[in-house]
Amino acid sequence: MFAIRSAVAGACLAATLPAFSQTASTASTAATPETSFNPAISLILNGTYANLSRDPETYRFQGFIPSGGEIGPGGRSFQLGESELTLSAAIDPTFNGRFTAAVTPENEVEVEEAWFERTGLFNGATLKGGRFLSSFGYLNGQHAHTWDFTDAPLAYQAFFGGALKNDGLQLRWLAPTDRFIELAAEVGAGRTFPGSDTSRNGAGVFALMAHTGDDIGASSSWRTGISWLRHRASQRTFEDSDSLGTPVTNSFTGRSTTWVLDAVYKWAPQGNATGRSFKLQGEYFRRSESGTLDFDTTSQAGGPLSDSYRNTQSGWYAQAVYQFMPRWRAGLRYDRLDAGNARIGLVDNGTLTEADLPSLIKAKPERSTVMLDYSPTEFSRVRLQFAADRSRGDGTDRQVFLQYIMSLGAHGAHTF
Amino acid sequence: MNLRHLLCVALVGFGLQAHAALKVVACEPEWAALATELGGDQLQVSSATTALQDPHRIEARPSLIARVRNADLLVCTGMELETGWLPVLLQQSGNAKVAPGAAGFFEAGRFVTALDVPARLDRSDGDVHAAGNPHIQLDPRNIALVAKALAERLAQLDAANARVYQERHAAFAARWADALRRWEQQAAPLKGLSVVVHHKNMSYLSNWLGLREVGTLEPKPGLEPSAGHLGALKAQLAKQPAKLVVRAAYQDPRAAQWLSEQARIPAVVLPFTVGGNEQAKDLFGLFDSTLSLLLAAAR
Repeated sequence: MFAIRSAVAGACLAATLPAFSQTASTASTAATPETSFNPAISLILNGTYANLSRDPETYRFQGFIPSGGEIGPGGRSFQLGESELTLSAAIDPTFNGRFTAAVTPENEVEVEEAWFERTGLFNGATLKGGRFLSSFGYLNGQHAHTWDFTDAPLAYQAFFGGALKNDGLQLRWLAPTDRFIELAAEVGAGRTFPGSDTSRNGAGVFALMAHTGDDIGASSSWRTGISWLRHRASQRTFEDSDSLGTPVTNSFTGRSTTWVLDAVYKWAPQGNATGRSFKLQGEYFRRSESGTLDFDTTSQAGGPLSDSYRNTQSGWYAQAVYQFMPRWRAGLRYDRLDAGNARIGLVDNGTLTEADLPSLIKAKPERSTVMLDYSPTEFSRVRLQFAADRSRGDGTDRQVFLQYIMSLGAHGAHTF
Repeated sequence: MNLRHLLCVALVGFGLQAHAALKVVACEPEWAALATELGGDQLQVSSATTALQDPHRIEARPSLIARVRNADLLVCTGMELETGWLPVLLQQSGNAKVAPGAAGFFEAGRFVTALDVPARLDRSDGDVHAAGNPHIQLDPRNIALVAKALAERLAQLDAANARVYQERHAAFAARWADALRRWEQQAAPLKGLSVVVHHKNMSYLSNWLGLREVGTLEPKPGLEPSAGHLGALKAQLAKQPAKLVVRAAYQDPRAAQWLSEQARIPAVVLPFTVGGNEQAKDLFGLFDSTLSLLLAAAR
C-alpha cells in the first residue's frame, strides 16, 4: 500500500519538480572498478595446542546414542583447526549469497554453508535456501570462530554432533512491533544426527523457532527464544559392543523431538563495549525419541534383534564472559547432560541385558571450563582454556588448550 | 494532462489521509539531529547509537533489528563506518525499503569530499577505510551538503510533504550559513594550533579550522593506545610541542589524561556528536560547544 502510494506520489513529484528529483537520483556515483564486483572474501585461520589427560579416541557421552558428529576435544598436541573460507555478495537486487568452505586439517574440503537469501520477500520476511546453519537456539547460527570458548557446549555435541546444518529452506519473519519478535520455520533433508538419510522424497527435519529481545536502559540488552525440532531417523546406526565385547552395529528408527530454550544477556557501560563488557548466556535442550532399536544389524552377536526404544534426555550449559579491560576477556562455563531413563524393549523383555548396550548405560556427564583470551584487534585472538570434562562416565579428562583465531580479508559483522 | 494532474492530486490526497510520519532511523546522533531539523513533526526520528558509543563498535542488538525492520529511511554515514554492525541489522530486518540501493537507504558520506583516502589498503595499517575517513560530521560545511541531499531524499520518499522539506531545508540552510560565518570568525585564533588526537576522528574538524594534528594516541587507527607508543609520543612532543590533546566523549580518558600530565598540556573532551555533552543538544550546540571548548583550552 505504502509502496504504491509513494510510487504514485513520486511520479507526480517527478512530473511537477523535474529538476529537484533529478539531483536526488544523480547522487555522486563514483566510477566502480571491475574488481569491486567481486564477492567479499574472508578466511579464518585457527589452530590449537591441546594437552589432554585422557586419550581423545575414547571420548564419548556416556548414556547418549553416539552422534557420529564432531564431538570431544579433538586430538592432542599441535593441531590445525578448520580453515574457513567465505565468499559473500549481493547476487542481484533481489538475492544475496554466501558460501563457506571448511578445509579440514586432513586436507578435505567441507561445504559448511552455501545459501542464497531473499530479503523483504514480503514485509519483514526473509527466505533462505541451500545449506545453512539452523537458527535454533542461540549458538547454532554462529560460526565457530565467534565462539567464546575453544569448543562447543556439550549439549550441542551430544544432541546434534556439533552445529546443526540444514540442507533446505528457512523462512524468517520479523513482527512489525517495537519489541524484537522473530518467528522462523525451517524444513530440510535432516540427513545429519539426530536425523539420518531416509531416502524419501519428503523432509527429514522440521523446525520452528521464536525469539524476542529488547534493551534494558542504555547499557543492557537481552534476547531469548524457544525452538522446536522434529527429526525423522531411519536406520540411524551406531557402533557399540555387547556384553562379551563383540563389536556390534545397532540402529534406531523413529521420531526425535527436541526443544531448546535459549537466553543471552549483554552489558556494557552506556552500550560502549570497547572498554568493559559482560555477556551471560545459557541454553537448555530436551529431547524425546521413540521408535525401534535394532540390535546387531550385521549379525555379529546373534542379531539382528529388534524392539521398542523410548527415552527423554536433557542437557544445558551456562556461561559468562567478562571483558575486564580493552582486549582482555575471561570466561567461565558449566555444562551438564542427563542421559534419562531409556526404556529399551529388548532389555525390558529379557532378551538382552544393559551390558549388551554399554554406551546407553545411564550417566550424567558434566564439564567445567575457564578461559582467558586476548585480542590485539578484532581480527586476531589468542586463548588459553582449561576444562575438567567428566563426559565418559568414568573419571575426569583434564584439558588444556592454547588456541589462535586469525581473520584475513573482509570481516563480516557479528550477530548479537 | 489535466486528467493526470487530477489523478495525482486525488491519489496524493488519499496518501495524505492515511499518512503516518516517516520513520527515520539514523545510525549516528548527528544524522538524527539533522533529520529532525529538516522534517520536524513529519518524521519519527531515532538514533541507533549515542554520543557515548564508539560508532565502529556497536552490537547488532535485537532492539536495533526491530527498529530497522520498521524504518522507512535509514540515514547512515556509510564509508564503512558501520560495517561491523549495520549489515547484520539490514540482513536480519527483512526490510527491503532500506536495503542498500533502495531509496530508503541514505549514506551521508556520498555527498562530501572524503579526507584520508588511503593510497593502499592493508590491514597492517590498522582500521583503514577504503572510502576515506568516515568521521565527516565535524566540518559544518559537510553538514550543509548532507542537509541538501537529505532534504531531497525526504521529499522523494514522502512526496506529499515535499514542500515542507524544501521550506524547512531553506530555513535551516540560512541559519546554518549564518552560524558558519560566526563560527569561522570565532575560530580564527585556532588556526595553526597543534593538537594530539586520540583517533583519526577529528580530521574534518582539523581541516576546517586549520588545526595541525601532530600525533595520535592510537598507534594505528583502531588499535588501543599502548605504553610504548605513548612513550614515543611524549618524547616527540618534547621536541615539537602540541598545545592540546583532544578526544571524543566516547573514548577512554586514561591515555589522554596520561599524556596531558606528562606533556603538561590540557586534555579536551569534545562532544564529537549531538548529545556528547550538555551543550551539544543539537547540531548548532555541537559546534558552539566544540569551538568554546577548544578556544578555552587554547587560551
